[in-house]
Amino acid sequence: MSNFSRSLAVLALAFPLAAQTRLTGAGATFPAPVYQKWFAAYQSAGNVQINYQPIGSGGGIKAVTEGTVDFGASDAPLTDAQLAAYKAKNKYDVLLFPTVLGAAVPSYNLPGVTGELNFTAQILAGIYLGEIHKWNDPKIAAANPKVKLPDMDILVIHRSDGSGTTYCWTDYLSKVSSEWKSKVGAANTSVEWPTGIGGKGNDGVAGLLKQQEGAVGYMELIYAVKNKLPFGRVKNKSGEFVKADLKSVTAAAAAMKEMPADFRVSITDGAGAGVYPISTFTWLLVPAHYADSGKAQAVKGFLHWAITKGQEQVESLEYAKLPKAVVAQEEKQIARIK
Amino acid sequence: MKISARRRIVNAVMLSLSGICTLLVISVLFFILGYLLVHGVKSLDFDFFTKLPKPSGETGGGMANAIVGSGKVLLLATLIGVPIGFLAGIFLAEFSGKTFAFTIRYVVDLLNGVPSIVIGIVAYALVVRPMRHFSALAGGVALGIMMIPIAVRTTEEFLRSVPNSMREGAMALGATRAQTIFTVVVPAAMSGLISGMMLNLARVAGETAPLLFTALGNMFWSKGWLEPIATLPVMIYNYAIAPEEDLHQQAWAAGFVLLMLVLAINVTARMVINRGHASSRR
Amino acid sequence: MASSSIAGSLRHRANRGVLARLRGGDEISYLVTLACAVLIFVVVALIVAKLWGNSQPAIRAFGWDFLRTSRWNPNGGKFGALPFLYGTCVTSAIALLIAVPTGVASAIFLAEMAPPKLSNLLTFLIELLAAVPSVIYGLLGIFMLLPLIRVYLVPALKSTFGFLPLFQGSFYGVSFLSAGLVLAVMVIPFIVSVSREVLLAVPTEQREAALAVGATKWETTWDIVLPYARSGIFGSIFLALARALGETMAVTMVIGNTPKITASLLSPGYSIAAVIANEFAEASGDLYVSSLIFAGLVLFGLTIVINALARILILATSQKAATA
Repeated sequence: MSNFSRSLAVLALAFPLAAQTRLTGAGATFPAPVYQKWFAAYQSAGNVQINYQPIGSGGGIKAVTEGTVDFGASDAPLTDAQLAAYKAKNKYDVLLFPTVLGAAVPSYNLPGVTGELNFTAQILAGIYLGEIHKWNDPKIAAANPKVKLPDMDILVIHRSDGSGTTYCWTDYLSKVSSEWKSKVGAANTSVEWPTGIGGKGNDGVAGLLKQQEGAVGYMELIYAVKNKLPFGRVKNKSGEFVKADLKSVTAAAAAMKEMPADFRVSITDGAGAGVYPISTFTWLLVPAHYADSGKAQAVKGFLHWAITKGQEQVESLEYAKLPKAVVAQEEKQIARIK
Repeated sequence: MKISARRRIVNAVMLSLSGICTLLVISVLFFILGYLLVHGVKSLDFDFFTKLPKPSGETGGGMANAIVGSGKVLLLATLIGVPIGFLAGIFLAEFSGKTFAFTIRYVVDLLNGVPSIVIGIVAYALVVRPMRHFSALAGGVALGIMMIPIAVRTTEEFLRSVPNSMREGAMALGATRAQTIFTVVVPAAMSGLISGMMLNLARVAGETAPLLFTALGNMFWSKGWLEPIATLPVMIYNYAIAPEEDLHQQAWAAGFVLLMLVLAINVTARMVINRGHASSRR
Repeated sequence: MASSSIAGSLRHRANRGVLARLRGGDEISYLVTLACAVLIFVVVALIVAKLWGNSQPAIRAFGWDFLRTSRWNPNGGKFGALPFLYGTCVTSAIALLIAVPTGVASAIFLAEMAPPKLSNLLTFLIELLAAVPSVIYGLLGIFMLLPLIRVYLVPALKSTFGFLPLFQGSFYGVSFLSAGLVLAVMVIPFIVSVSREVLLAVPTEQREAALAVGATKWETTWDIVLPYARSGIFGSIFLALARALGETMAVTMVIGNTPKITASLLSPGYSIAAVIANEFAEASGDLYVSSLIFAGLVLFGLTIVINALARILILATSQKAATA
């Protein structure tokens, strides 16, 4: 009998060491391609297995707040109210870690139109307010004098789930259009859309767009690139029409004046030459405290890897690397995870 | 009495119309089967059964984890739903009084009518939130609850179809009520019971809605029962709404595998049941 | 239960195994099976309690306005489920409009005309349709049905019924109409299968009497058999309706996920089940979650009432046939 209990004790001690710590994360679809690539690479390098489910930024925020995942992901920085709700529920803070930068692009499915369309803030706001509903609207034509626009209805596609891409998109629209701000409101992960149909996730929007002629939708850059969907240039504060790419998104990050200590920052509608105006950081949402110290170590290890070694893999997926200063600032915050 | 030409024409037209409707409905089945066959088989290969899904943007990969995952969730569901339903069904058929039986049947029907998405909400509230993680267990509980009603009705129906003379015979030989039930009645109804339970399993095997926020999903193998787990129906859903052609192909392949599985169970189970009931059917 | 002698119990165990342990197990098996039956009550009570309890904040905040208003604004904390309710009802109505005539006609063919062997085979095949998982209907809906509707059905509808507000406006594939069509295919098997049973239960003398006085086969079916089986057929329709109301995946995949109330069936819409599937995993804030659960409660209530109606109607016919 004592033999048995001794072996039980040995087992109990050995188990946490022998058992691989595994992490579950959920949230944003915006950075999902790079996250999945990271987690696959991270695991095959002999590290922790991390299961990431792209359920949308809203879902990421909810899941981390309710503690149903080990970390969340969002491209919308948490609001003060969300931070307070987290603290009230969990008694400790949730930390935001920027991982990469990306861009929301206006993509379209217009038969017969090759080449890139130019969009201004007024055009995008007009389309998404439902005020511009034909592709050959004079406003669009004025911005695209060389393109022969079809006499076709515009089908607006937006997200049906709570989305950080939506946050970035509406953040931009509410900054540049007072009409948008008064009718729809400030940036949010889900808004009351004046028009259009909903797709689930960036994937869902791209999927709908592909099937619907005359459609316009916003999605993260990589989703447009990998699905070979055309997307337009957007006029920035300096008056240039800029296409989203590594350079213009990096420029948007460089134009940021200062990174706040809690990393909650919006870089849409940034000033400066070559800046793509609908760019954003995307964040991992990490509890400051884990009951299981193995998990805390695993998360810290991964975060460090992501903002250093992981950065080498992001550009192949059209995401921009973190600025050096931000990486240094994040390393300090990693130490706060207990 | 002479039937007027008009009446005869109406007769012929209406009767043929009803035949055409039947043909139409049947052809939908074959259309679905054919379409899935063409699209599914094309993208079905060895990798589908042995490999893990690839990260988004890379081609290839398979659904090995989702196949095993569906198996695990269904096993849990069976372990939860079948015993409860089976035993409650025995109670209904063998022990219960009339009014009480009516109430139970009513409640069982009620449960059967609950929309699957609502079961998902309840499983989330009962398992995921208190345990603080999405898990195979939560998915199994959701599907298990969905299996209960059919398990009850199947058991009751097949036990009732066992002739009373068998019960009386066993009792006359000195068997107790319990012995009669478990050694005479249940074995006599066994093939029907098993078939019924298989049908029940096939019905929940394709359920997606209750798994969305219970089992969630997993890119990797899921260890044990308390981790999020990939399942075939959820994978089909995620891949169907995705834009990549490659993922659509995988969704077709998964849809084909799932449908074949469900139909195979249905055909075998129904054949067994029909054979057993041949005399009582028309 | 306890055996009087050790020898006796040993003998039992050695010789009879399971049988022996069950001897005198009447009370145990009664209690265990009773417990399982009671457990089902508990499960249903839990479902109701969870739905009712968790929807309290929304019920208190909105009351009946929840079902009468159509703003769904998670930011502003305003939740009105009318667009979802509308979408659920419209898609189910389209489904029934197609499925009822087709299904009942098929049931007539199978019960009244086809030879029993053929009828059994065809019914078997139709019932297989009911076994196809809904996510597969959604998959087929997106890739097979939507293109067909766009290319053939909608142009035809527009050219013939274009003057009706039902068929105006742009069509993008995902719509009330598409969801209704998918649902129609999904519920037909229920109507066929139950209606056929009900028709078969109509006593043969009824038919023979009509035929004897010179009625045609169709007249017999239409004037005698159908009225006799009417309540059972309505039962099958309600059963199909309950199924259509609660269907989630196939609808989510083809309805367009847009909380709007429009007269045009070609517009995208939303349904109660679809909004729960899309938003439940991410809804944050008590009122938002509670509103979704309230919507679930409404759906639950709807399907329960309609299912109960269906059972009563089907029961009525079978009793009528039994007493005839």
